[in-house]
Amino acid sequence: MCTYSTQVVAVEGSGKGAAGWFRLTSASVYFDHPVHAAADHTLNLDFANRALGPAARVAVELTAPAARQLARAILAALPEPEPEPAD
Amino acid sequence: MYDAVLAETITITGDGGDAVEAYLARPLDPGPRGGVVVIHHMPGYDAATKEITRRFAVLGFNACCPNLYHREAPGASPDDAAASARALGGVSDDRLVGDVAGAAAVLRGLTSANRKVGVIGYCSGGRQAFLAGCRLPLDAVVDCYGAFVATSTPPEAPFSRPAVIGLAAGLAGPVLGLFGAEDQHPSPAETAELERVLTELGTPHELHTYEGAGHAFFAVDRPSYRPEAAGDGWSRIADWFGRYLAA
Repeated sequence: MCTYSTQVVAVEGSGKGAAGWFRLTSASVYFDHPVHAAADHTLNLDFANRALGPAARVAVELTAPAARQLARAILAALPEPEPEPAD
Repeated sequence: MYDAVLAETITITGDGGDAVEAYLARPLDPGPRGGVVVIHHMPGYDAATKEITRRFAVLGFNACCPNLYHREAPGASPDDAAASARALGGVSDDRLVGDVAGAAAVLRGLTSANRKVGVIGYCSGGRQAFLAGCRLPLDAVVDCYGAFVATSTPPEAPFSRPAVIGLAAGLAGPVLGLFGAEDQHPSPAETAELERVLTELGTPHELHTYEGAGHAFFAVDRPSYRPEAAGDGWSRIADWFGRYLAA
């Protein structure tokens, strides 16, 4: 199915796309049909900066188990407590 | 036998008078022949959908596929355009109907046209084909595993879409529906509800559910491809449009 469900969050950071590094402003997260991965549905991440155009995007398509493993790994890798943002 | 076809990118006048990119494929003989509006799936106006559009020309129809994401990402690759459109909330139902109307107008205006036009869509496009058939004077509708026809998207979805089955009384053309028994969106229960409503309204229809197939069984480049269901489905589509779009 096409799920329609999409989470869009504002992010700060950088990503490397086809034209090199660029500043990221948003991430879309959705479980839906992949473009490339050999699965019916994948957890798709689009890290983007819309101000730079549609091609300013780092796309990832992960199987559901891989996505859960990644989510756990991200949380495990982050320091606790969350450090104060740098000035 | 003269069997040349031409496929090319054109610009149509879409919803709100917007210039919208579209892919037109048509036999080069004089016709007359019917036209088919092809609605691409949510992953976009991609190579696979253009191939489907060309196939309709080979089957003897004029066919036009509007790029529903053209406004968000003109000139972008299909996957980038789909991602952009999705992040912005997707295509509204009203805009979809306007773009399909623009594509249908192009098809009716071709010198080889018999002025009959049908619509087909896959996946999210299946719902959109049904919606367009309810709101536009289209002569035949084909819904390929469109979810959220008889049910709405979950309310927690940020960009939710309503069920469109309530508009079914507006259908001008008969409906062919092709579904997979293993699909949960639309589920067999949802397609049964569609069957019930179309029967109650007296709308001519045929709904087929293929055993051993799930969602997207027509997609030759995906693991969901089911050649037997897809082969039979293509035969039914050609027959449906042949019957209802004939001069």
